[in-house]
Amino acid sequence: MAFVELRGASLTYALGKETTLALADATLSIEKGEFVAVVGPSGCGKSTIMKLVTGLLPATAGDVQVDGQKVRTPIKGVGMAFQNPTLMPWRTTLDNVLLPMEVVQPHRSRFRRHRAEYVERAMKLLGTVGLADFALKFPWQLSGGMQQRSNLCRALIHEPELLMLDEPFGALDAFTREEMWGVMQALWLERRFTGILVTHDLREAVYLADTVYVMSRRPGRIVMTKRIDIPRPRTLATTFEPHFVELVHELRDRIQQEHD
Amino acid sequence: MTRRDALRIAMPWLVIAVLLIVWELACIFFDLPEILLPRPSRVFVVFWQRLDILLAFCWDTLWTSLAGFLLAIAGGLLLGVAIGASAFVYSGLYPLLIAFNAVPKVALVPILMIWAGVGALPAVITAFVISFFPIVVNVATGLATIEPEMRDVLRSLGASRTQILVKVGIPRAMPYLFASLKVAITLAFIGSVISETVGGNRGIGFLMLSAGARNDTATTFAGLFAIAIMGVLMYAACALVEKRMTRWAFRGEIVG
Repeated sequence: MAFVELRGASLTYALGKETTLALADATLSIEKGEFVAVVGPSGCGKSTIMKLVTGLLPATAGDVQVDGQKVRTPIKGVGMAFQNPTLMPWRTTLDNVLLPMEVVQPHRSRFRRHRAEYVERAMKLLGTVGLADFALKFPWQLSGGMQQRSNLCRALIHEPELLMLDEPFGALDAFTREEMWGVMQALWLERRFTGILVTHDLREAVYLADTVYVMSRRPGRIVMTKRIDIPRPRTLATTFEPHFVELVHELRDRIQQEHD
Repeated sequence: MTRRDALRIAMPWLVIAVLLIVWELACIFFDLPEILLPRPSRVFVVFWQRLDILLAFCWDTLWTSLAGFLLAIAGGLLLGVAIGASAFVYSGLYPLLIAFNAVPKVALVPILMIWAGVGALPAVITAFVISFFPIVVNVATGLATIEPEMRDVLRSLGASRTQILVKVGIPRAMPYLFASLKVAITLAFIGSVISETVGGNRGIGFLMLSAGARNDTATTFAGLFAIAIMGVLMYAACALVEKRMTRWAFRGEIVG
């Protein structure tokens, strides 16, 4: 059985008497260590999938399972990163990255006594994304790209089995964004967590994912599942190869149909 | 420091000086009797002559205001956290708080005097009730405006409500708390002086009232100046504490 399983999962928001079907009958399964991307037109319920998988919202119909357990309440220890880096301005970058250690067990009870060990671990992770010299700076002293890198470190420090990325690079400029793909891929190749990436950017999806799911307009349904068979590590040069471009076009055409 | 900066720093003093000169000249020009409006120079002379009495009465006002203010911080913080953290407490208490805040605090003093007698205690309580409200509202606002994504990040890590409150809510509410302290400290002074004026036997408010009854307008004005000076000093102290404690909320100034 797959690590993440959605079977006919739907979500209806109720606001007073009005109800909105945000996600309809989503069925997908993600293997352990797989990196998937979910793309689709805006407002199609991409982010809803994330909320269902993490249990931040319960599905109104159908079934959501993670690691063989039915998800009803927020599951613990998931790593999450949003478009907004949501770093705490009163903590240094290092202390921001250490936040999950103060919350997730078993680290939480060990944290005070073994702080040095955890700091070393955080510094190592910050080093892999090139932020070792900025650990003691505050987030507002960093550029947007650096903030997003710290955000990724915070999402990964406790070595979660599941990483949720909701348009994490959406607010960055094109150069920084492409640089971040490399950072993300390197982290994934090293740790092999299960990743779910929600994005607008089809090149980003193809660059990072093993499987890309295309969703329809609201109410969102999964209308296409595409395996990305490009070998890793992928580089920026890869993005100009015919096969890569072909895959991006194929996805774009499918999404375009949704707009007609 | 350029001349422009120097001028900017000197500006408040210049404005005060000009105001006092205009006041002085107006008194001379219109030949106003001292009982109606004493000249500032006369107020300063009286201020100096009665410095010992003024200081003694200032001390009364100062400590009652500060006692009320400290109680308001403690109470305001507790209630603010409760209101900001729980929708139930919010819907139960908020309308009540607003109603309470709408009551003119002068009206409370006679009741307080029935309960606590004449003296320092009514002044402390009046200072407390008047400076309590802005602290509660600000702390609650700080807590209620946590970004939803921040909350989601913590919830998906498995954080409990208490942990979210301690890790995000309270640090986030700190700038709001310190901003409200500047407002609250001046309100606390107003509370104390109101109580002393309505029915006290000590403090600057009482001094002004009794001087007024003796037609000693110059002393009344000296009391007024004393309150104003204390108010500015306490405000400055709060502003300084605010900058020290919540450096990150003034980020623009540090980076720039």
